[in-house]
Amino acid sequence: MFKKYSIAAGAVLAVGLAGIAAPAVAKVEGDTIILGSAISLSGKYSTNGLHTQRGYDFAVDRINEKGGVKVGGKSYKLKVKYYDDESTPARATQLAERLIQQDGIEFMLGPYGTGLTKAVAPVTEKFGVPMVEAEGASRSLFTQGYKYMFAVLSTSEYYLAPVLDIIAAKAKAEGKDPSKMRIGMAFENDGFSLDVRAGVVDTAKKLGMKIVIDDKLPADLSDMSATLTKFKALKPDILLVSGHSKGAATAARQVEEMRIQAPVIAITHCEAAKVHEKFPKFANGVMCPTQWLSNLPKKDSYFGSAADWNRDFKKIHTSYTEVPYQTAQASAAVLVFKDAFERANTFDQKKVRDALAATDMETFYGDIRFAPEGNNIAKPMFYRQITADGMYTPIITQADMTFPRKANY
Amino acid sequence: MLDNLQLLFVYAPIMNVQMILDGIFVGAVFALIAYGLALVWGVMNVKNICQGDMVIMGGYIAFTLYQLGVHPIFAIPIVAAVMFIYGWIIYVMIIRRVIDNDMFVSLLATFGLSLLMTQVMNLIYGPEVQTIDSHFPIAMMFDDFVTIPMVKIVSLALAMLLAAAVVIFMKKSRMGQAIRATAQDARAARVLGINTDNIFAFTYSLNAAICGVAGVLVSMIWVLQPFYGIIYTLRTFAIVTAAGLGNLPGVISMSFVLGWVEQYAGIVAGAEWQVAASVLMLLAVLMWRQVQMRRQRQVVR
Repeated sequence: MFKKYSIAAGAVLAVGLAGIAAPAVAKVEGDTIILGSAISLSGKYSTNGLHTQRGYDFAVDRINEKGGVKVGGKSYKLKVKYYDDESTPARATQLAERLIQQDGIEFMLGPYGTGLTKAVAPVTEKFGVPMVEAEGASRSLFTQGYKYMFAVLSTSEYYLAPVLDIIAAKAKAEGKDPSKMRIGMAFENDGFSLDVRAGVVDTAKKLGMKIVIDDKLPADLSDMSATLTKFKALKPDILLVSGHSKGAATAARQVEEMRIQAPVIAITHCEAAKVHEKFPKFANGVMCPTQWLSNLPKKDSYFGSAADWNRDFKKIHTSYTEVPYQTAQASAAVLVFKDAFERANTFDQKKVRDALAATDMETFYGDIRFAPEGNNIAKPMFYRQITADGMYTPIITQADMTFPRKANY
Repeated sequence: MLDNLQLLFVYAPIMNVQMILDGIFVGAVFALIAYGLALVWGVMNVKNICQGDMVIMGGYIAFTLYQLGVHPIFAIPIVAAVMFIYGWIIYVMIIRRVIDNDMFVSLLATFGLSLLMTQVMNLIYGPEVQTIDSHFPIAMMFDDFVTIPMVKIVSLALAMLLAAAVVIFMKKSRMGQAIRATAQDARAARVLGINTDNIFAFTYSLNAAICGVAGVLVSMIWVLQPFYGIIYTLRTFAIVTAAGLGNLPGVISMSFVLGWVEQYAGIVAGAEWQVAASVLMLLAVLMWRQVQMRRQRQVVR
């Protein structure tokens, strides 16, 4: 019995060793620049991981088609080496080390999500590997003093807090006192959502709005009826929920079931949770933040306008009806790298890093300019409200907003 | 916390009605799952860590049928049958091999199974939250303050019906008697001509079927996600440990207590304490038992 197992173990080991012994890839081989990324292809974040990977690949193909990256008078092709981080931070850290130490990768693209980016960033920082990430929005990523990490997206405090400003303006326009408005809110107990919450708390204080419910939802809670019952009793004017797509789906289901008539409801990840399709009664009048709009009037020479990118991406990936912003920002991250390589005109990591820090460009995803902390400060966050027929309409000023929300349960 | 208590008992005492009702609905579903766990634990001495994943699996089977146009209520017998067969396969492939080993082997085996099931469901259905709309009406009472979705009442009735059926089956039928005999003393049962291997297989499959039915109820009331199994496992372990094995009334009443504790903890201490409350409750029960037993403990010299 034991012998049988030891043979099996030996075989597994041999296969493993063969894997390790395969020739190590260097960062630039011949005319190819190899970027590395640990991405969630299985586990909790596999759907969003796939959205991200498709965004990266789409941009890599497009840049290669259009002549690649020109450095030192020579044209290079881009390629990405992926590993599956299984949606676990410990694995992501391991894989980042493996990419850098064993595979010799010298430039990285970020993983999916705040938690995994937090796991990878210390490694890239330690080895001085420049990383452009597109999916980690938490404010806390940019307070660590990382010098080699750059993010193309807006940070977490812009997800829900500015919604309060819009509401305050709306209330003023209707002759109401915004400081009389009360907020009931529930945030998932994770880094990203708590950062969203911190932004909301600051803005509410500034506007004089009172927070009457402030619940933190456990990561695996599928029932938030206790919070909503409290909401019904206290009747605040504003309901805010953030907990990735599962938080959005749970909130949508139970708000609909309990028929909560809050004048304003704002949640994150509406599009990802498809609330407009699955919970049309709830969705009516709900406000959602988004990083990017597919009709954004911005463009670049590789993808054209936002609408062009959207159309071309859908042509290749026909299964998408609404392309999530996660994919768009992944494409933008690759474009930022290409731009930095060309401006640095070398593959020296330090010089590429400095070129990244000096980035100032317009892309189909919006303007990109990094703060000293590495986050993108040139692009605003966008807000949309869902109409009765399930369409998303942009809210630029308070005049665009339907207030109060009136749902027909 | 104080303002929450004030809200609950001074400003809006009507909230209590909602809480108590929700506690009952939650408890009914838990009672089903916990009874299945107690059965397997008591008869086979296997601690089934994949209990919650079987619940979620049942929910996903109902979800698949729902997409094919089968209403979840009619999906129940189909899910029960599929899960019964699945339980039998798992028993033959895995459980039979670990049943005679010590506790940790069965813990590890079912834990591994739990991971496997989670990942397979994740591969098939993806990590998005799925729901089933049962299209039952929602009743509103007390000036629209208290909501009672009919689906919860239907689930309560179904849970009670199933629990009663299982109890009668265990008391009256030949198979039920054999299961009880095996639980008492497997060796003696074997001597008396009971095929205990069959009994174990049947018990495990029955548990899988019960979990499957509970999963259909979960899919109609709450939401499904491949990774949600663990919370059901955790809660039912708390219930069964607190109630004691072979104590059916205890398991059922403990399920309702857990339902209420969770609801009230969610209101009074905040949603972050909702799941923690069930574990704290288990801790309290165990400590209380320890104190109680110490009083009767005698030193054997």
